Amino acid sequence: MVSESDVAHIAILADIGIGDDELAEFTGQFNAILEYFDLLDQVEESGRSGTGTTNIFRDDEIAPSLPLDGVLENAGESEAGYIRAPKVM
Amino acid sequence: MGSVAFDAEDRWNAFITICRRAGHGDGPLAGVPVAVKDIISTAGIQTTCGSLVLKGYVPPYDAHVVELVKAAGAAVVGKTNMDEFGMGTTTESSAFGPTTNPVDTTRVPGGSSGGSAAAVASGMVPMALGTDTGGSIRCPAAFCGIVGLKPTYGRVSRYGLVAYANSLEGIGPMAGNVEDVSRLFSVIAGPDARDATSIDRPYTHTPSSDRIRGLRIGVPAEFFGEGVDPAVAERVRAAIGDLADLGAEIVECSMPSMAFALAAYYVTCTSEASSNLARFDGVRYGPDIVSKRSWHEAYQEHRREHLGKEVRRRIMLGTFALSAGYYGKYYAKAQEARKNVGEDFARLFADVDVIAGPTMPTTAFALGEKTADPLSMYLADILTVPANLAGVPAISVPCGTVNGLPVGLQLIGRHCEEELIIDAACAYEEAQR
Amino acid sequence: MTEHTDVVIGLEIHCQLNTQTKLFCGCATDYKTDGPNTHVCPICLGLPGALPMINRKAVEYGLRVAKALNLEVPEESEFARKNYFYPDLPKGYQITMYDRPLAVRGHLEIEGDDGEKDIRITRIHLEEDPGRLVHRAGAGRVAYTLVDYNRSGIPLIEIVTEPDLRSPKEARRFLNKLRATLEYLDVYDGEREGGLRVDANISIRGSERVEVKNISSYRGVEKALTFEITRQKNLIRRGLRVVRETRHFQEGRGITTSARSKETENDYRYFPEPDLRPLRVKDWVEAIALPELPDARRDRFMATYGISLNHARTLTGDLRLAEFYEALAAKVEPTLAATWTADTLLGELNYRDMPVTTVPLDHFTDLVGLVGRGEVTDRVAVDVLRALLNAVVNNETPVKPLDYVREHNLGKGAADAFAAVIDAVIAENPQAVADYREGRGTALNFLVGQAMKKTRGKADPKEITPLIAARIAPKEGA
Repeated sequence: MVSESDVAHIAILADIGIGDDELAEFTGQFNAILEYFDLLDQVEESGRSGTGTTNIFRDDEIAPSLPLDGVLENAGESEAGYIRAPKVM
Repeated sequence: MGSVAFDAEDRWNAFITICRRAGHGDGPLAGVPVAVKDIISTAGIQTTCGSLVLKGYVPPYDAHVVELVKAAGAAVVGKTNMDEFGMGTTTESSAFGPTTNPVDTTRVPGGSSGGSAAAVASGMVPMALGTDTGGSIRCPAAFCGIVGLKPTYGRVSRYGLVAYANSLEGIGPMAGNVEDVSRLFSVIAGPDARDATSIDRPYTHTPSSDRIRGLRIGVPAEFFGEGVDPAVAERVRAAIGDLADLGAEIVECSMPSMAFALAAYYVTCTSEASSNLARFDGVRYGPDIVSKRSWHEAYQEHRREHLGKEVRRRIMLGTFALSAGYYGKYYAKAQEARKNVGEDFARLFADVDVIAGPTMPTTAFALGEKTADPLSMYLADILTVPANLAGVPAISVPCGTVNGLPVGLQLIGRHCEEELIIDAACAYEEAQR
Repeated sequence: MTEHTDVVIGLEIHCQLNTQTKLFCGCATDYKTDGPNTHVCPICLGLPGALPMINRKAVEYGLRVAKALNLEVPEESEFARKNYFYPDLPKGYQITMYDRPLAVRGHLEIEGDDGEKDIRITRIHLEEDPGRLVHRAGAGRVAYTLVDYNRSGIPLIEIVTEPDLRSPKEARRFLNKLRATLEYLDVYDGEREGGLRVDANISIRGSERVEVKNISSYRGVEKALTFEITRQKNLIRRGLRVVRETRHFQEGRGITTSARSKETENDYRYFPEPDLRPLRVKDWVEAIALPELPDARRDRFMATYGISLNHARTLTGDLRLAEFYEALAAKVEPTLAATWTADTLLGELNYRDMPVTTVPLDHFTDLVGLVGRGEVTDRVAVDVLRALLNAVVNNETPVKPLDYVREHNLGKGAADAFAAVIDAVIAENPQAVADYREGRGTALNFLVGQAMKKTRGKADPKEITPLIAARIAPKEGA
């Protein structure tokens, strides 16, 4: 069972933004879904390793970067080639 | 070289962006209008993933498949509607409004590639690209009565496909018939040096109905279990009977790992999604952050305003599943369950050539039917997720209707044996004509 | 024994690998002179749909380091995602390695406080660097941040040590040795700005451990550690408890400050990177031919050039210095070359914060040659060297030492040419002469110094000392 405060903590960890009005609804849904996920408790761990390809590389060869316009085009605000982000201090 | 005037009237809200005039080149698909799901990057054309968080985002590059489709001469005539970031089974979670089902507009087209399916089913385009993470090509194909192929994981490059659940998803063709699915697949399959998970298996096959004779078709009991609408089960049983009449050998079998497949799928896809969607913070693309607050608060505000409820729900579920103390209980166990599914398939495929069952447990839902109860919507994916967990190919081909609504027959094949399930689907389709 | 035997230090070092392109995309890593966001592409900018692809060279470089530091390479390693939000992190996660690193369990020998000792290396792994932030002030405080993603995706190698270091000095020696090794391996460019960053774990035995983050220079490491040890010892002396926490090093103020606890409550939700395939590179290691490493070069310098352990250690502690020395020693007497490089030149370079690569080798060779042939005194040679280095700093064309000496008339005079100077010095300093005659030997040094001054260093002290001594020696029987 997760509580509303657990869900609020997860929301912060995920930087998702959750309103007080949504907490009860999300918590209820999470508990239903997590209860279903508990099925996995019956799965035994085998220590098998995965299969598939390994060692997929590229060579250390320079490829063109994007033109600055292309970089800034989708960014909201920019300043002297920098992209603007919210303050961190 | 030429251009296509695309003047179709989109009464189903199948498109998010329509290109009324689209240029094209020469090649096997010269001048063919192709619709592209709006989660696949198109240079110069807005790519939203059905989300407000990418509204106005114009990629500076084409996805590998888009390069290939253009190189084959096709005209990209629009970007199709979808569940936001592919997270849904109905195409109702799109920020651009739901798509309706051309067969019955009170019904959902299925999802998440509902716009691509509706664009094809309505006749607006002959073929479209969809993506399939847990059934997102096959479900809408089944609900709208068209053909949809989820290829082997890696056989089509994911470069430019906006990631939702990287280890599960892929791009595939959707069309009105098997031949067109095969044509489009031959254009998009093959290796890509930019996708580390891509595999070097081009597809050059021409569908044939000849191989159905003697084909061993496994029918796992679990595909007809609890939750499968008896009328749908009956229709699919009948279709499998038709395959037997064509000379296939039907082998009843069992897939015990199915019991955990759905839980494994949802833990995996939400975990990967929680990480994949972290980049949508409003800094580099999409609507700009307007907040003067510090970054944590600004990100939260931005993501709450621009991501829909289902997306936020899955991001939080995945964050929880990966968080300290729960990784072992959820993510690690899901990977074990996933290996079990792969081993079950390997065991079955040692004996049979193809596995058959319904694509979806029911016919198309009524609009709004599943929106309040996410778990009930998740459960509808039970028959499609095993192929994604194992990375094997699967095709949905129409097999009649129940109460006027289409039913899909799902044929699952061995790794990189799209050719065989396409042939089986081709034989079935031909017999229905 | 030293005073620091109760100090326990472990380091996590992040070094930029000097590949041509970034870790997961083809953007050039050489962006130093270019404007912000000019070396970015869909991959390192984290554009939706872009996929990473591992740079083979970065893996090779990592394995070179693994081999040089005696680490074991496991059958399989794997990249993982470290999930956290920060504006410099374009994808909302960093691609790094977690529970399956590139290599584990190695060691590097250093000169410790009590002689040679092995510092155990826990692991090394590869990861991508985030972008760079510039803080912009508005109305008295920071209003927003500017981001440059040129650094985003630069390959880093993280090297983690066991807590085997016992003093800030040992930590510095370890870092110097590590840097030298990485440079010898040609995987790291020590002259690149921001090329190295260190996090340190420090505790006083029996107390809690403190992590100090954000140390971005070699000097900073010793300063941060010294400050932190003093801080912790003071707490313990006053009967207070050291709190287990993360602290930030404030380079400018030379202190560490507590990071807000919120920042330390990270839950990184690591999981395997689904866009990349695992590495199976254990068998590459055998094929790697390591170049001569610092210890081997040190031993060879001693054997080949007959120089002291200390000189050899200093000269091989920096790849460029070692190469400079070898070129010099090919032309002038090697022990003299060692003294002038390790003792004199290095000090002058440190004082000016100049790299050895900026020193014109021909000029320096000429200068040491003049000293070797006895054409100038050591004192004059130092002056000539200073003029030479100052010219380099000021972007002037340096004058050839021989020309400089001629131009300024600094050639060593014959000792007997200084008789008049010696007369004057003796006449002007009767007290010193008297002191010397009374047995105070230091008075002679003073008189020699005065004579040196009058000749602007051209007189060789070794030669004029006996001359002055003879002149003022106490008279027999007086």
